[in-house]
Amino acid sequence: MIADIAIVIAAALFIGVYVSWRAGRIDRLHARVDMAQAALDATLVRRSSVALELATSGLLDPATSLLLASAVHGTKDITSRPRDLAESDLTRALRAAFSQPDFRASINGKEGADELLAEVEAAAHQVFLARKFYNDMVAATREAYLLAQAPTVELELARRSA
Amino acid sequence: MKIGITCPYSWDVPGGVQQHIRDLAEALIDEGHDVSVISPADDDTPLPRYVTGAGRAVPVPYNGSVARLSFGFLSTNRVRRWIKDGGFDVLHVHEPEIPSLSLLACWVASGPIVATFHTAIPRSRILLVTYAVVRTGLEKINGRIAVSEAARTTLVEHIGGDAVVIPNGVATRRYRKADPLPGWPGPGGAIGFLGRLDEPRKGLQVLLKAFEVLGQERPGLRLLIAGPAADPGDVLDRVPAALRDRVVLLGQVSEEDKVRVLHSVDVFCSPNTGGESFGIVTAEAMAAGVPIVASDIEAFRQVLRGGEAGELFTTGDAGDLARAAGRLLDDPARQAALSAAALVAVAAYDWSVVARSVLSVYETVVLGSTQVAVTASGGEFP
Repeated sequence: MIADIAIVIAAALFIGVYVSWRAGRIDRLHARVDMAQAALDATLVRRSSVALELATSGLLDPATSLLLASAVHGTKDITSRPRDLAESDLTRALRAAFSQPDFRASINGKEGADELLAEVEAAAHQVFLARKFYNDMVAATREAYLLAQAPTVELELARRSA
Repeated sequence: MKIGITCPYSWDVPGGVQQHIRDLAEALIDEGHDVSVISPADDDTPLPRYVTGAGRAVPVPYNGSVARLSFGFLSTNRVRRWIKDGGFDVLHVHEPEIPSLSLLACWVASGPIVATFHTAIPRSRILLVTYAVVRTGLEKINGRIAVSEAARTTLVEHIGGDAVVIPNGVATRRYRKADPLPGWPGPGGAIGFLGRLDEPRKGLQVLLKAFEVLGQERPGLRLLIAGPAADPGDVLDRVPAALRDRVVLLGQVSEEDKVRVLHSVDVFCSPNTGGESFGIVTAEAMAAGVPIVASDIEAFRQVLRGGEAGELFTTGDAGDLARAAGRLLDDPARQAALSAAALVAVAAYDWSVVARSVLSVYETVVLGSTQVAVTASGGEFP
């Protein structure tokens, strides 16, 4: 009798500890995703602002300037286009501007050019990193969810067959 | 006059602006003017003699879609050289609010500049015009042309200033002669339609309803339909099964085939229920000399001279359309008379007439001005 009660209590304790550990883990993973998202958002905002600085700097021709400025504008005006698509547009616009042959040579030596180009490139690289980390976190959390569901199912089955 | 024209979009991609520039340039050349066009184009694209390629256009995201544009210092250098070598009396830029060659030309040039605005510009894009680097270019423009009242309204409300409205012309010569498609119009007669099939304002549903009557009365009569649709099968579903094999859908057709379609039918139908400001398709049918039956909306009433150059029926009334089309199919003398009247009437919309209006804008802006030159400050790149 006492042994039975002890087993029940032990089982309850085990399940309690397991559930709270699992909840804590999911919670930690969520917090990690939130942080990654905040970091990604910060890098995107920074990239927009330095890209706009480049567009209005007078270093570039007006067509490239307008192209960049309109892409930056798109990332802020989320009513007309989803933000993720608008940010990808800015990535492609920056790539189109920077991948012109001799792009660097064309603005080298102008005042403040080197610093500004370096800033844009650094900001773009940070977006690349932050997006990668964010995607990793999301994938890891999703996996944890799937794994967490598996033992629950096993417990359910065990209880039913008992 | 020596005229330099800039095209913002790739010459090898079909589009309204490119077509406009081609027709305008050729009409001006016919009038004896010296015209040079600079346009983005792939290096291996065969270009007309009057077009200078500015290099390959780069596909970039712009305003929510991907456009093929020319930008950057290499394009700027090409435009500068073209202006320097051209010795133009006037520079005519098209769509200078697009980040491409026209904007670059405004930037590097000084002297008389005319700009044509083709599209009604959405508000979000207007904000960008406030950027100094763009504004400097646009402020050099001496005369502005809008191709429609809508384009003009956009300019007035959002950018400020005014523009003269000079609508697109019709290259009537291109429509005059063409071989009918094989087997058309056929002994039983044929009626034609051009336009989007699933846009209710184009009025195809009115024509299909009328064909239910006409098709039963006339056992050999066929319907030739050209134009894009999301779901072409939907069109055939609306035709009674017995008539279905006499309705032919061509889908979207090329410019050349469009002319052939117009020459493949006995009667052309414009059943639009509204929303047309001019009715370019109807004007093209007039230029082909095909007898027309059209709804009596204001635009068609005007272009068809109140019924002199084409049969008018009550807008949206399929019964009236069936009666009017039937009468016309039975009366070859009336067909010939309408065809002749249409050819005369459409001459007023020919590019040669439009080109003369554009020319008077050129003549106004060159008054008291020097030749087009390259500015000392504008965009110097090593």
